[in-house]
Amino acid sequence: MIKASIVIIGGGISGLSTAYNLAKAGMKDIYVIDKGYFTNGATGRCGAGVRQQWGTKLNCILARKSIEFFGRANEELSYHKDIEFKQEGYLILATTEDEDRQFRKNVELQNSLGIPTKKLTVEEALKIVPHLNPKSFISATFCNTDGHVNPFLMSEAYYFAARRLGVNFHFYEEVKEIIVEAGIIKKVISNKNEYLTNKVVNAAGGYAKEVGDMAGVEIPVFSENHEILVTEPTKAMQGPMVMSFSKNIYCQQVPHGSFLMGRSNPDALPSHDISSSWQFLDEMAKTVSDILPEVAKLRVIRTWGGSYNVSPDRQPIISDTSQLKGFYMACGFSGHGFMFAPITGELLTEIILEKELDDYAHDLHIDRFKENIITDYEHSVV
Amino acid sequence: MNKKDIIICRCEDVSLADIHECLEAGYTTFEDLKRILRVGMGPCQGQTCSHLVQAEIAKYLNLNKEDVKFQKTRPLITGVVLEDIAKQARGEDDDQS
Repeated sequence: MIKASIVIIGGGISGLSTAYNLAKAGMKDIYVIDKGYFTNGATGRCGAGVRQQWGTKLNCILARKSIEFFGRANEELSYHKDIEFKQEGYLILATTEDEDRQFRKNVELQNSLGIPTKKLTVEEALKIVPHLNPKSFISATFCNTDGHVNPFLMSEAYYFAARRLGVNFHFYEEVKEIIVEAGIIKKVISNKNEYLTNKVVNAAGGYAKEVGDMAGVEIPVFSENHEILVTEPTKAMQGPMVMSFSKNIYCQQVPHGSFLMGRSNPDALPSHDISSSWQFLDEMAKTVSDILPEVAKLRVIRTWGGSYNVSPDRQPIISDTSQLKGFYMACGFSGHGFMFAPITGELLTEIILEKELDDYAHDLHIDRFKENIITDYEHSVV
Repeated sequence: MNKKDIIICRCEDVSLADIHECLEAGYTTFEDLKRILRVGMGPCQGQTCSHLVQAEIAKYLNLNKEDVKFQKTRPLITGVVLEDIAKQARGEDDDQS
């Protein structure tokens, strides 16, 4: 039997960031439990992009604060390697008049929140990414402080920093049960240990709903397979991430030299499937050869899949819950948990330590879905 | 020979010293090593290095080599030009009858 101040379920980027921030705030006896290898879940499967160009105020704020952290992460976490934070921007293409109008509004919102996005003509966009097919879009938006972070190394930076602060990590260990008595968490039982604790963080990514169920907490999220591919490495030829919601593509050259690109499957059903399909490869190849014909000359060497954990408004849930005292969650990121991780850990730590929250952070509460009325919805998702 | 000069993964330029350093840091499965070092992530997708990495893990953990798990196999078996896939998907590939 292990005595724990808190048990964090999930050692992906959200769990790591939360563990680090709690330990930094002075908490002892923190245990992080993960059922697999390092970054086995969505973190290690994501597209490695970090952006601030969103359609909702909440996502914009979370993104801006997280980008600020990425800029100082190597230093703050005393990382002996480099998280590969590259700020060469996101170029988001509008391909329809409707999208162009929506992007005007998005840029206004982003600028009002201190995000330096600019609306660009086709000619201006071509100056930034010359190999774009000029016939494939009608305008674009560009934010030069968006970019790339290496998910594995960012995770490792948090992991080492948290370990130095005394956090205990148990990988290859699966949580099986959360024992609740009279409305209070008593125990977490895994396939290897029992933890005496009355605080649990659900940072289980694709399995957030199941971990909620273990504690009798209902969380309105589901998981969905999103596929992605990588090409052979080549010379540096594209600074920014190129993205289009209407054409369903994101495509970025990472510092290592290879291109990562992904798209969503409009017919995907809720499941924990993370397999690769030939249909994805066909559709991805067609889309990239339309928008970025030069990139389509490269060889694809691998495809894989990962779970988006999707919430009803495509914005994250970072909160406690009136359903169970001592139960906290960071889930429902809808594909963006990696890029929001720094602020996620900071906010959840404030919630757990019962600190005063900034106003905006109240909107991340799970209770916003209680009445089933969605007030805001994030459309800027691939 | 210096361990830094013994190349295990040619695609990603990973040396024996890199592998040993990571094993010492607590990464003791192929999937762990791969994520930190990119070993097996290059154009050959581990076809050259997998056995060598497996042997190093086995030695370190004092296991039989066959008890060390390989990385997950995913498509593709070899690199294919994206444009060629797109052409075939659009039905434009002349070579296909």
